[in-house]
Amino acid sequence: MVEFGGWEMPVQYAGIVEEHRAVRSSAGLFDVSHMGEVEVDGPGALESVQRLITNDAARLAVGQGLYTPMCTPSGGIIDDLTVFRLAEQRFLFVVNAATTAKDVAWIQQHTRSARARDRSSEFALLALQGPASQAILQRLTRADLPSLRFFHIAEGVDVAGIRCLISRTGYTGEDGFEIAPPWDVAPRVWEALIDAGRRDGLVPAGLGARDTLRLEAGIMLYGSDIDETTSPLEAPLGWTVKLDKGEFVGRDALRAQKELGVQRKLVGFEMSERAIPRSGYALHAGGRQIGQVTSGTFGPWVNKGIGMGYLSKAFTKAGTQIDVQVRGKAAPATIVKLPFYKRPTSETRKQGNEETKTS
Amino acid sequence: MYPQDLRYSTEHEWAKVEGGKIRVGITKFAADKLTDVVFVELPEVGAKVKFMQPFGVVESVKAVSDLYAPVTGTVVEVNTKLVDTPEVVNTDPHGRGWMIVVKPDDANELNTLMTAEQYAKMIGESA
Repeated sequence: MVEFGGWEMPVQYAGIVEEHRAVRSSAGLFDVSHMGEVEVDGPGALESVQRLITNDAARLAVGQGLYTPMCTPSGGIIDDLTVFRLAEQRFLFVVNAATTAKDVAWIQQHTRSARARDRSSEFALLALQGPASQAILQRLTRADLPSLRFFHIAEGVDVAGIRCLISRTGYTGEDGFEIAPPWDVAPRVWEALIDAGRRDGLVPAGLGARDTLRLEAGIMLYGSDIDETTSPLEAPLGWTVKLDKGEFVGRDALRAQKELGVQRKLVGFEMSERAIPRSGYALHAGGRQIGQVTSGTFGPWVNKGIGMGYLSKAFTKAGTQIDVQVRGKAAPATIVKLPFYKRPTSETRKQGNEETKTS
Repeated sequence: MYPQDLRYSTEHEWAKVEGGKIRVGITKFAADKLTDVVFVELPEVGAKVKFMQPFGVVESVKAVSDLYAPVTGTVVEVNTKLVDTPEVVNTDPHGRGWMIVVKPDDANELNTLMTAEQYAKMIGESA
C-alpha cells in the first residue's frame, strides 16, 4: 500500500506487468474511489461550466462528456478533469484526488447563480478497463451497453442490483467503463465484477499498472506532466482549448500564447536501447541539458523504456535524437509522436475520437 | 527455499563458491519483492567490486535498486543474457538469474555472510 493524494492505495496486487497485460488483452478492475466528484447545477450551470473550463461544454448533449483542463487566469492548469452533462443545467466534474479541495473552492468561487457541491464522499469509483469490459459488465446489468458510446454517461444503471452512475471512459487507452456506486455498497459491486470477469481473466489492478497504462496511452498525469506552471498549449492538450467558444478563465493568456507560439512542448520519447527513464532524469542534446523527464517507465506492453518531458521547440520533431542521463550515463532516445500505444481500431474508438478529439 | 550451499548478504545477494571463484545473484526474497525485473545493469569483466558496495543496478517497473557485492574482488564473468531476458531473475533467481562471477581477493570474506538458516530467519521465513 502507498499513500496517494491522501489515500492509502495498492500499488499492485499480483504484479504491475501481469496487471498491465491483463488490461491490454482482457480486463482489469481498479478502485479509483479517491477521485473527486463535483456537481454543478441550477440556472446558469452551463454558463458557469463554460467559464471554468477551456473545452466547450455547450456542444455536449445530455449524457455526454468531455476531457478538459481548468486553468488559472494566466493559463496554468489547475486540474484536468472530465465533465459530464447530466441534464441541460446539471454537470458532473470528475477531478483528481489531490486537487479535489482546491478544485471545489475554485469551482464554487466561479459559479454565480448555479450551485456547486462536492459529492466525492457519496460515490465510490471502479474502473473496469480492457477489451473484455463490455462483456463482463453486461453480465451484471440489463442496460444496453453497446449503445453507451465512448465518453457518454448513464445515471441510475442497475449493476449487480445496485444503482450506479456509469460512463464509458478510462485512463488506460482501452475500452472500458467507470462505475460509480454509492460509497457504502461499493465492495458488493467490486466483488460482483471480479466474479463476473474471472473466466475472462479479469484481475484487480493497482496504481502501478494505472500509471504504466496511462503513460503508454500518452495520457497526462496531473502533478507530474501538467500543473499550474504548464499550459494546455505546452502540453499536447491544444485540442481541448476552444478560444472561440466565449469567455473563460485563462482565455486571454492562452490566446496570447497561441498567437506568439509557446517556447516549449511536452513530447514523448522512446529509449533506443534497454534503459528506463525515470521522473526527474535530465534530457540532453548536443552535450547540454535541454529538459527533464516528467514521467517515465518501462512500458510493459510496448516492451521498451518510454517517457515524456518538456523540450524547447527545436527538439520536439518526431525522429529527433536526444539522450537521457541514466545514472550519469547518456542513454540514447528518439522523440516519437504520442501515444506510445494505440488500441486496435474498433467502432467505439472511432466514435470516441470523433467526439472528443476534434478541435 | 534457500539453498544450503549458498551464503547470503543482508542486502539480499547470494554467493556461491565454485572452485576459486564466487558466483553472485539476488535471492528469491529480493526477486519476489521487486516483482517484475525489467532491466539489469552489470559491470564489465575486469571491474573491481568491493564488499557491500554497489556493483550494479536492478530495475523493476516501479523502482531502481542497487546490487551490493557480497565479496571483494575482480569480475571474471557477467551474465549478459540478463540484458535481453531480465525476467529470468524472477523465474530462477538462484540459478539462471545469476549476475556476476568474482575472483575474490580473500575468500575468507564469505565467512562473514549468513547461512541459509540465518538468512531465512532474517527475512522471517523457514529455511
